[in-house]
Formats: sequence, structure tokens, C-alpha cells
Amino acid sequence: MKQMINIALPKGRLGEKAYGLLEKAGYPCPELLEDNRKLVFENPEAGVRYFWVKPSDVAIYVERGASDLGICGKDILLEYGPEVYELLDLQMGKCRMCVAGPKEFIDDHSRRLRVATKFTTIARRHYSSQSREIELIHLNGSIEIAPLLGLSDVIVDIVETGKTLRENGLEVMETIVPISARLVANKSGFKFKGEEIRRLVSELGKVV
Amino acid sequence: MKPETLRMDERASIALRTLYRQYGYLPYQVNTFEEYDLYMRSRSMLSSEQILTFPGVNGALMALKPDITLSIVKNTKDEDVPVKVCYAERIYRVPKGADGFKEIMQTGVECIGCADDYAMGEVLLLAAKSLETISPAYILDVSDMSIVSSIVCAASSDSAVQSQLLTLIGEKNEHGLCALCKSAGVSDENTALLRSLISVYGPLEETLPAFEALALPAACLPGIKSLRVLSAMLHAQGIRSVNLDFSVINDMNYYNGLIFSGFIAGLPSSVLSGGRYDLLMRRMGRMGSAVGFAVYLDQLERLSQEKTAFDVDVLIELNGTADPVAAANAAKAYIDQGLSVRVQRAGGAKVRAAKTVCLTGEEAQG
Repeated sequence: MKQMINIALPKGRLGEKAYGLLEKAGYPCPELLEDNRKLVFENPEAGVRYFWVKPSDVAIYVERGASDLGICGKDILLEYGPEVYELLDLQMGKCRMCVAGPKEFIDDHSRRLRVATKFTTIARRHYSSQSREIELIHLNGSIEIAPLLGLSDVIVDIVETGKTLRENGLEVMETIVPISARLVANKSGFKFKGEEIRRLVSELGKVV
Repeated sequence: MKPETLRMDERASIALRTLYRQYGYLPYQVNTFEEYDLYMRSRSMLSSEQILTFPGVNGALMALKPDITLSIVKNTKDEDVPVKVCYAERIYRVPKGADGFKEIMQTGVECIGCADDYAMGEVLLLAAKSLETISPAYILDVSDMSIVSSIVCAASSDSAVQSQLLTLIGEKNEHGLCALCKSAGVSDENTALLRSLISVYGPLEETLPAFEALALPAACLPGIKSLRVLSAMLHAQGIRSVNLDFSVINDMNYYNGLIFSGFIAGLPSSVLSGGRYDLLMRRMGRMGSAVGFAVYLDQLERLSQEKTAFDVDVLIELNGTADPVAAANAAKAYIDQGLSVRVQRAGGAKVRAAKTVCLTGEEAQG
């Protein structure tokens, strides 16, 4: 009997684009794009079951085995370090994790750098690799405002086009790492549904 | 179905100790506490850096043990080897993603002093049988750190690059590995070999010959030869659910050869891990080689069990002036029939019972 593969998709534009690839790869589930409030959709013929979940939760669903596969950003993988396999770079949702600051900002190495970010692990690791002492300020949104109000010297955040930064008088000072959407797998699911998962990865790889 | 007395992890613990005793592994008990100094010296060998400490009566800093192998190796003298022991102990760690310390029930075996091909095969066999004891739907992934590290070290002499390569292999992250090879100037031949460490995956017996056919560095050959012997041993014992998977990665400072990890269908992460740890032996000032594994029993509570229809066979509810002596006698009568009984005041906690009996003071008087 064909085993169903559970796939966690991030709610929103990225999830819809990722579903487009999966559909193209031979794993359609048309009901998923209908205007309704359902969160779980399945197509037994194609052997897939899709879930819409919050983008930052995808890796948790996959790591804990509630989902065999998931689509999530590299930023989430770097920040939370979930125990999952990273099987494919989907080459979509491309952006950069950057250090940004006011255009006039001059880094003063004689004192601690105040860094505001949602991504504390990434920021800490980045500055630790430079042996730089920092004061981390964890924020949950509107990070760009922190340097403007004097809360921080710089920010570490995702930059797609740089428009928000520019409009707030900030500029990219350093790129930490490029980001894109990745296909991740639960380690146990990969063993027990190995054949189906490897087939999906192979088909998806052809349309990326 | 009768209510189950033992939990899944308790049943597994008993069954596994019985299995290990069958193969001549003697029970070994370690102290609940160890001097913190032991872990201080071996911090890089521990999976979690956080250790629960407290001051001992003589002023020495003590720790609740986060690891069993270190304690066993510490207490093993070179002249006493080979040592074959099994244990069932509680350890105290902060699991990844947890917000505090957890008490984890762990059982396992250690073969210290002579990890030759037979010893490694026997330990691997016991690992497979341990998983089979827990569930017939299991997979044991096998790798060899000497093979992985010789390919990684041949690709780059930069320890930072080596560490990143190991992480990427552990993630089965082929695209990331290719990007790193390109930026680190790894040759095409070495990149192809590194990629094979991710792409080669499948039943040990079938996959090993295909991997052997690659142009491997000479340093890989002892590891390959050893895996061939282990594969033949497992085959002869009827063990089939063993895969070759080089993404089973662990610290190059701890493991130096065979390394393995076990999975049970329905559980999201590995429940068994082990390998050959000669390097740990050296660090602890011990001669010889060693191999062993641990089973993490706390994870088994997630395995679905058949739900029992009832919590007890008989519920005796006491009303009004019910006589305690009559209640005790009624309970004994049922227990003598092999049934489980719970006695409580009427209107007490909700309990699922196959039969409910009400006792009032009138029966006792009558």
C-alpha cells in the first residue's frame, strides 16, 4: 500500500509558490488553492497530505514527526537548528540575512555593539566568529526602527529588496548568509517512507 | 483487555536487560552522583554542556551524572579487560529544545578493552535486537567515522571546513556541501566522494559493495573491511533492517570507527545510538578499544499502545455507613479471583471499571 507523505507548507506567498512546484512535480491537491479555511488537504492518489502552518513552525512540525517533509526558510533552520535533513534548495524566497545600520553609522570597536534582531542565534554566532562583544536586543518585529530610536546601533535582519531599509534611512553593512526556501525531512520519516520521499525529492529536483 | 501494570519503557527495560544477560553482559550499577571534575575534564565528550551540580558533604563539587559511559570507563582498570557490562540508569541532561533538566532513563551495553570485529558485530547485533524487542518496525543505520573522516580530511585540511562538511553530511545537505566545496576549493574528485557520503543510502548488504567500488582513499579500507565482516555477521543472524548511512555523524573526538543510530517507526528521532570510542578511552587514560550503545527509554512513551478499555476490573463504591471490614473482604474476594479492585467513596474520582459494586452499611448489618 502506498504510504502517504505529510508535507507542512508555510502559510502565505512562499507556501503557495512551493505548492506550485510540488504540483508541477506530480503531487497536486487542487482543493488546497480553494478559498476556504481548511488547514489539512489530501490527495490519496498522489500519496500526499498537505498542512498549512505558520512559517516559523514548519521546522517544529517536521522535527517532531508530525510532518514528514516541510518547506521552510534557511533563516529558520539557522536560527533554531532543528534536527532535520535538508534535502533541497528550492531556489525561491531568496533574500539575505544582513547587518544593517544608519548610513552615517561608524562602528566604534572600543565599546560593545548594540544589535537588535529577531534572529538572536544567528547574530550571536556571527559576532562570536568575529570575536566581537555585543549587547543583543531581542525584538519581534519592526526591527528597522531600533537604530532610529537609539535602541540599538545596528540590526540583523532579512533583506529582500532593501526598500524598507532605504525608506528608514538604513543600509546594508554586511551580508551574513544568503537565504532561500529549503525542503526538510524528519529523520525517522526519511527511513520509514524512504522510497516515497526519495522519489518526491527526485521529481521536485527536476522542476526547481 | 486487562489493565497493563508496567509502562512501555519499564517493560522494554526488563526485556532488554534479559537480552543483554543472555549474551553474557553483566549488570553494572554506577553512582547517582559523580565528582564534577570527571565531566569537567571530558566536557567535549558530552552531548550537553549543562550539568546539574551541588556541593558534596566534603566540599567537593558533585554532579548528577549526565552520561554513563564516562563513569564505567573511569572505573575500569586496564588489567580487568575485556569488560562486558549492561546497565539501566537515570541520567540528567537538558535535551535539545527543552527548557530545563530532564531525568532520562537509559539502558545499554559497553564492551571495553577489546573491540575486535567479533565484539563490534555482537554489539551491533544486540543493538538490532534491542530495537526489534521494542518494535518489529525498526531501522538501524550504520556508518564508520574512520571512512567519513578520511574522506573529509582528504578534501580539506582546514578544521573549520572539516567541521562544516561533517554538519552538511549529517543534514544530507548535498546542495550546501557542493557550495562549500566550491568556495573552499575542494577538488572535483573529492567533492564527488563527499557527495557519495550523502547519496549512498540503503540496506548495508547491497549498498556497501556499490560504495566500495568508488575510488576511495586508502585510509578508508580498514573501515570498509570491518563493515564487510559486520554485514556478514548480521546476515548470518537473520538481521535485515540495517542500512548504510554515512549521515550518522558524531564527534570525531569521541568516536573513531563504527557508529550507529536506531529508529522505531512512529518515533520522530533516534532511540538508540552508539559506536566505537577508542578516542574517549585515550582521553580517559585507558588502553585498548571499546564499543557500546545506549537506548533512550523515555522516548518510548510516545509509542502508541493498545488502549485498555478499563482502568480496573471492579470498582467498589462505599455509600453512607459502609463497613470498612466488609469493604476489605469484598475487595479481597475479587483480588483472589485475579481481578483488580479499587475501593472509594461513592461520587469520588471518575474511574473506568468493567463492573461497579455499591456497598452500603445495610449489607454489613444484614
